[in-house]
Amino acid sequence: MSTLSERILGAPSGNYVDRKVDRAYAHDGTGVLALEAWKCMGADRLSDKTEFSILFDHIVPANNGTTANLQHELREFARSSFMHFADIGCGICHQLMSEGVVQPGEIVIGADSHSVTLGAFGAFATGVGATDMAAIWLTGETWFRVPESVGIHLSGQFSGAAEAKDLALTYVGKLGTDGATYQALEFIGDGMRHLSMDERLVLSNLSVEAGAKAGLCYADEITVRYLKERGHAAKPQIPEPCTYVQKLDLDLSDIIPLVAVPHRVDTVRPVQDLAGLPIDQVFIGTCTNGRYSDLARFARIVKGKKVTVRTIVIPASAEILEKTIRTGVLADIIEAGCTIGTPGCGPCIGYHMGVLGEGEVCISTANRNFKNRMGVGGEIYLSSVATAAASALEGEIAVPEAA
Amino acid sequence: MMQKVPEASLTVDPVSGTPGKNTGHAVCLPADIDTDVVIAGRYLRTKDRSIWGAHVFEDLDPGLAPRLRGSVIVAGKNFGCGSSREQAAIAIKEAGVVAVIAPSFARIFFRNAINIGLPLIECDITCTDGSSVAFSLAEGWIETAGKRHEIRPLSLRMQEILAAGGLVEYWRNHK
Repeated sequence: MSTLSERILGAPSGNYVDRKVDRAYAHDGTGVLALEAWKCMGADRLSDKTEFSILFDHIVPANNGTTANLQHELREFARSSFMHFADIGCGICHQLMSEGVVQPGEIVIGADSHSVTLGAFGAFATGVGATDMAAIWLTGETWFRVPESVGIHLSGQFSGAAEAKDLALTYVGKLGTDGATYQALEFIGDGMRHLSMDERLVLSNLSVEAGAKAGLCYADEITVRYLKERGHAAKPQIPEPCTYVQKLDLDLSDIIPLVAVPHRVDTVRPVQDLAGLPIDQVFIGTCTNGRYSDLARFARIVKGKKVTVRTIVIPASAEILEKTIRTGVLADIIEAGCTIGTPGCGPCIGYHMGVLGEGEVCISTANRNFKNRMGVGGEIYLSSVATAAASALEGEIAVPEAA
Repeated sequence: MMQKVPEASLTVDPVSGTPGKNTGHAVCLPADIDTDVVIAGRYLRTKDRSIWGAHVFEDLDPGLAPRLRGSVIVAGKNFGCGSSREQAAIAIKEAGVVAVIAPSFARIFFRNAINIGLPLIECDITCTDGSSVAFSLAEGWIETAGKRHEIRPLSLRMQEILAAGGLVEYWRNHK
């Protein structure tokens, strides 16, 4: 009897295996370095075993001439080698791969640590660096150490203002930043029946913040329905009894709104303890919390009111942006005094579109609050959408009201 | 059973390329060093590797980079966590670090370092800044403060990649 990782990789945990990669993708950051490695390998032809994509999301549109030149070279490579290519403004690579691309049971490799996001579909999805990506372009394969798995057993339903991000911060806080290094997380239990694909993507997304190699959800009726709406016939994956190296039981009704305080994702505290802390900027977006349901929830909270600090909202993809326009969510957000950025990673990595000044404090729905990440001397508090929305209205960290 | 890798290829200093030098002075670093701290995002948009070497660990200690040439970093657990940026491993190598020793490494950093030919050693040792550290990957030991510690061997594939000088060189030879 096997874990989902063991089933997909086809070997018991602890083994080293070479496996064909079903999908591999890189972005404008890692792709540049992968292209350098590719050229140094003397390679000229892509493997035909794998679906390859290059998706521009990290600095979109280019912020200066240096970036523009690097992006130009990578764009030309993607086109001339007939990779699937998504240019500036299409959205965050992980989000685009989640919009009806990745299927249950696939092996998916992204040249970005948050590629674990796609584990939400019951795929084995993990991140690698640029040189590994270049080798996959060449061979269509890579080596894996089949991971042991941590079972995160969920029961109950959310209550009050708690949401998937609070659940994710809870498990990262309990496991610690290296609590699952070299291991995969599996999200199981009755609680999963109450979690939408958007919420599952949040859970899988944060798994790397506990050091995990992957964060998997078994495909079920919710997964199948989501993929059916995007034209795919997927099958559910039935869990087998299996051995976990660690187990964590969480009741969703116990989850409360949390923030991760600088500069670690695992230093989590109840929002209540931080209430009243002045902030300079609010950021809603990223591969963690930039989806339609996130923006709609944010809009519900700020609608008819005004934010009192600068608030940047960035949809994770063009599809999401388009839907927020169609449904009026975008108008509510703009009328509340927020500003909108190009679909992509935005200021999460501190290049542009909302870099923090020295001593400035930001509450962000992203996944990393490392020192100086959003700007030298800036401080980052990570929270749910509801907490960030309540804080935007107050100009200080504020406890969200029950939905 | 650990596969024997030709000693000659592994005793070559991975930085200077000179044979036989698997020693360095210890530079102690804390636990949970993330790759944003190794090389900040603001330095990533370039292909000039020397920029990464010059600014390595800048946000941790701006005076650290010049002390790294010929050093062995001895860090706490979970070294290299966070972003997948390969520039972190390259920056450390460019700064002249011979190897990194830590009780554990984040997995993407681990792969990246092997892939660019920076030896990583999983071992929990006490660090004294400036003391001499010697090691042999082929024989599986490190030695510091008069004590010898056994180290866990790498997989055969990883040893082959390191012996080739990195994954680029490995595939250039195997294509």
